[in-house]
Amino acid sequence: MADNGIVIKIKDLYKTFDSQRVLDGVNLEVKRGEITVIIGKSGGGKSVLMKHLIGLLKPDSGEIWIDGSDITKLKERDLNEVRKKFGMLFQEAALFDSMNVIDNVAFPVREHTKLPEEEILRMAQERLRNVGLAGFDNKMPSELSGGMRKRVGLARALILDPDIILFDEPTSALDPITSLTILDLIKETQERLKKTYVVISHDILGMFRIAHKVAMLYNGRIIEFGTPKEIRQSKKEEIKEFLKATGIPGFSGGDR
Amino acid sequence: MFDNLVRKVSGVVVYVLRELGGMGLMFFSGVYWAFRRPFKFNYIFKQMEFIGVKSAGVVIITGTFTGMVLALQSYYGFRKFGAEGLVGTTVALSMTRELGPVLTSLMVTGRAGSAMAAELGTMRVTEQIDALIVMALNPIKYLVTPRVVASFFMLPVLTVVADFVGIVGGWLVGVKLLGINEGAFINKMTKYLELDDIYNGLVKAACFGIILSVVACYKGFYTKGGAEGVGRSTTESVVISSVSILIADYVLTSLMF
Repeated sequence: MADNGIVIKIKDLYKTFDSQRVLDGVNLEVKRGEITVIIGKSGGGKSVLMKHLIGLLKPDSGEIWIDGSDITKLKERDLNEVRKKFGMLFQEAALFDSMNVIDNVAFPVREHTKLPEEEILRMAQERLRNVGLAGFDNKMPSELSGGMRKRVGLARALILDPDIILFDEPTSALDPITSLTILDLIKETQERLKKTYVVISHDILGMFRIAHKVAMLYNGRIIEFGTPKEIRQSKKEEIKEFLKATGIPGFSGGDR
Repeated sequence: MFDNLVRKVSGVVVYVLRELGGMGLMFFSGVYWAFRRPFKFNYIFKQMEFIGVKSAGVVIITGTFTGMVLALQSYYGFRKFGAEGLVGTTVALSMTRELGPVLTSLMVTGRAGSAMAAELGTMRVTEQIDALIVMALNPIKYLVTPRVVASFFMLPVLTVVADFVGIVGGWLVGVKLLGINEGAFINKMTKYLELDDIYNGLVKAACFGIILSVVACYKGFYTKGGAEGVGRSTTESVVISSVSILIADYVLTSLMF
């Protein structure tokens, strides 16, 4: 199934929580080496969709093909093999608050490889430098700002060179300037590493800066999928309404 | 009316069974991962320090004063028929068989069990547990197993400490304060206290260690609902652990009697 450069393929995904249908037949294909953004309202099932991608949730029905295997059918042990292809930046970064910054970044390497300690530290320091946090090694997560925590989270997500990196609301709860820094960092690392990035967010403007493809999740379905330009020119009412919320005249329907 | 009652009762029964089942599963998976490589000794030692070493102070204070008050109370009773010499035996038997393990476990529940539930609960609501899973690491192995194993080993150690300081406290009050003959105090104590009394207490302590750690881990691990949820999990874990320890105490005592 991993043909045509498609690395993630979601087919007819359904999920219901306590009689509330959150995912109502999601279909989506994510291309290798691109930034695919899933936008939608808060509480619209974006996080639920992302949790399915990495096996944190099991769907009621449907398939999720990642690099040729349907992860909804996998046992925990095989699922862990697939998970090693992933890195993830959580909404609040999810750093381990019992560890300092460098140990947080080094943690996946320590647990998954037998590299010598100096090499692990060198890798972790390099990743921290890449996200602009050189010299923050011994800080505890509680001493960092939200933006810094996300940068450490990104360094940790990237350290094992995963093929696919998931971002859960990377700019939420950040001021506009810090948001831009994070977005630039996402774009810059993606252009350098050429990995597949999947981002979920409700920050339309921010996402249009970085996306190669945009998928609009509405009422549990992907109602539109295409380049940012195609999305802006969409004739669908739901999308026009969502784009109008940016407050920028002519954003919906425009192409600049 | 009757329907309502049946519905409520069955709801409670289902809830209790589900919780018990969840805790049982957590216990078994915690034990399973304890025997799977790679062993996480550093995590276990860290928890042993937290549960054992850092609880020592509170256990010593509790144990000492319990021994002291036991001596005082039993002296009051025994004096009425001139058997003051039995105060040492009473203190030693009560401490080793009953109060040492039970009070130690209750103190550790309050100090370390609550912290376990709060820490795991916070890790759950801030997605740190999800982060472990996403890194293809088993959260039970990293978070639950070390706590259960450490509690299993440290509770008996703390109980030995509590037994010892309790007896010393009893000796202080009985011999030094109330003037019981020291020879009678020590002699009767060593004559009637058997090693089995101490062992029984230590077995109980190890069981209580498992109970309090499994309950705390279970409540913390499945926390829902942000900061409020963490608070609720912590409270529930302390209440459930304490009550379970007292119930288990009766069951274990009657089995070992």
